[in-house]
Amino acid sequence: MTIDPILLALIYILIFPGFIFLTVYGLFLQWFDRKISAVMQNRVGPPWYQALADIIKLLSKEVIIPDACDTVMFKILPYFAIAAVVTAALLLPIWTDALCSFQGDLVVVIYLLTIPTVTFFLAGWSSTSPYATIGSMRVLTQLFAYEVPMMLSLIGPAILAGTWNISEIAGFFTAHKPYMLAQIPAFFVALMALQGKLERVPFDIPHAKNEIVGGQFTEYSGRLLAFFYLAVDMEMVVGAGLINAIFLGATLGTAGILGAVIFLAKTLAIVFLLTLTKVLMGRVRIDQMVRFCWQILAPLSMAQILFDIFLKFRLG
Amino acid sequence: MSKMTIPLGPQHPALKEPVNFTLVLEGEQITGSTVNLGYNHRGVEKAAESRTFLQDIYLIERVCGICSHSHTTCYITCVEELAKALVPERALAIRTLVAELERVHSHLLWLGIAGYEMGFETLFMYSWRDREQVLDCLEMVSGNRVHYGINTIGGVRRDITAEQKKIILSKISYLEERTKYYVKLGTEEPTVLARTQKVGMLPHDVALERGAVGPTARASAVKRDVRKDEPYLIYDKLDFNLITHDTNDVFGRLVVRVLELVESYKIIRQVLNYLPEGPIAVKVPAKIGPGEAVSRYEAPRGEDFHYVKANGTDKPERVKVRAPTMANYPSVSYMLDGGYLADVPMVIAAIDPCMSCTDRAMVYDNKAGKVQIYGWDDLRKYGIEHYKKRGIDFSKM
Repeated sequence: MTIDPILLALIYILIFPGFIFLTVYGLFLQWFDRKISAVMQNRVGPPWYQALADIIKLLSKEVIIPDACDTVMFKILPYFAIAAVVTAALLLPIWTDALCSFQGDLVVVIYLLTIPTVTFFLAGWSSTSPYATIGSMRVLTQLFAYEVPMMLSLIGPAILAGTWNISEIAGFFTAHKPYMLAQIPAFFVALMALQGKLERVPFDIPHAKNEIVGGQFTEYSGRLLAFFYLAVDMEMVVGAGLINAIFLGATLGTAGILGAVIFLAKTLAIVFLLTLTKVLMGRVRIDQMVRFCWQILAPLSMAQILFDIFLKFRLG
Repeated sequence: MSKMTIPLGPQHPALKEPVNFTLVLEGEQITGSTVNLGYNHRGVEKAAESRTFLQDIYLIERVCGICSHSHTTCYITCVEELAKALVPERALAIRTLVAELERVHSHLLWLGIAGYEMGFETLFMYSWRDREQVLDCLEMVSGNRVHYGINTIGGVRRDITAEQKKIILSKISYLEERTKYYVKLGTEEPTVLARTQKVGMLPHDVALERGAVGPTARASAVKRDVRKDEPYLIYDKLDFNLITHDTNDVFGRLVVRVLELVESYKIIRQVLNYLPEGPIAVKVPAKIGPGEAVSRYEAPRGEDFHYVKANGTDKPERVKVRAPTMANYPSVSYMLDGGYLADVPMVIAAIDPCMSCTDRAMVYDNKAGKVQIYGWDDLRKYGIEHYKKRGIDFSKM
């Protein structure tokens, strides 16, 4: 018996590694992040079902749409964010090489991961309330700060591997494991940029609650807010998966269940590093954030690229 | 970029109590700000006139939820001066002890709030956990965590035993260790430095001109501390330093508060070792006066000021409270101007504001340009009219 290719594609998109898997694993990572940071801060932390309970509660709440806002934009933006993230997940190697793999898919994933941020900006902008407007301006300012270091840091390994295909880059690092060590500065830059993309401390400036209440999401409520939160959780999975694929050799040549376990273990480790950053620091100001990204992260990843080009010539 | 006016409060995550700051923004920069009070006026001063001197202690205690002991001690000093009571030395020592424990608890609370306002949740969790130690001490000494109720006219209500002394000393040693860690964290952690240095500048002469008090003034190198300037209780017998800092910013206020913690531990040790034998209270007649008295007190947030007028009955004729936050408000609007929106919570939190303690209400007639005085009946009528317009009728109650 052969499975209908259309059915298989639907399973990939909806169940694994698509929507359902991203939802479950995203919520798990959210809980993991909260629990670990709670333990580090000497607190008890939430029970394992807390993230799911939060989503269910938000889904059951009334959706309030302000009169002054652009209703259509306001309603469809959360779904755009989720769609972009799920699409990006299909291009990542999870239990084996990526489902759709082609030259240049690295660039596509980076662009797909930018879409949620743009929807956050549009969400705040179309809400028209002052807090949301300031929040969305901060989203955009922050995007220009972390996006370039993030791209530069991912280009280094791509140059070294001599390909723009994520699965091939992973394959290269699986075959030449010692080169992973040479990518540590770029790995650090990518982690910090991901922290900015996910808007977590110290870069949670767009929705800093002490300053601008809910930031770009101030006017959102109920189902729409739940989907935005879900999109952020999924983005964490995809972001961690992307770093795993580029810097840590993805599945390390394995496939099937073992490959999936390796994926889960390494993304958990990456999220642990993100949590550690969150717990150790306070929030910085937007001008300090921009300065940090352009004066430290960007030059660091440039140096990494130069080093990788040099290494590439030595390899021949 | 066009100007934008955003309201900060009366309901806002950065504020623990209702107050309103209206900020005019140009991008992220603040070009103008106004402070609006009056959201939580409770009429404590008026209520005090209809209670006896003894009952007033418990009312005055509830002026503030953090520096409750400061307010009662300040008030009671006035009453005892009017009654010409000779308070025993042991009672004064116990009052000093509770006062310093309260300062420790208030400064640790502030450190947590400061961490929270700069998004540094770990600092918030850590300092509030350590604050539990000093709250335990206060509960053991007085029976309560926040409203201690230890003061009474003529002395204190509870004595300190040798056992309690031992426990307090051990907890203070633990807190001293922790405070060393906070000093290190506050002066070395890069994000704390980034968010506090050169933020909310209040130059020395502006601090003097605007009458800043407490750690806010001391961080601008103003040597102002009632414990040194006009010693009350047993502060003249104690050896401690007046902490000042000259950076004039939020960082200076953080350093002043953390170093004051260390001084407070020193004071607590001295008081516990000094503790003279003797009674803890004297009897004071219920009817006091006539006469008037003022007293000053260094609360954790700055100088607290009370005025009591007695007319020979068992009730005061007038009680006036000036909480430290009131004196620091003028400095806040100076510090906000020209700063960033992101720094607003830090700047406001840096004076350790206590909105409800300090709230004032005034009816100002814009057309006539003068202040109107409302009596009880006028206020009642105004309230009924106000709610009638919103469809609720209270007139039959």
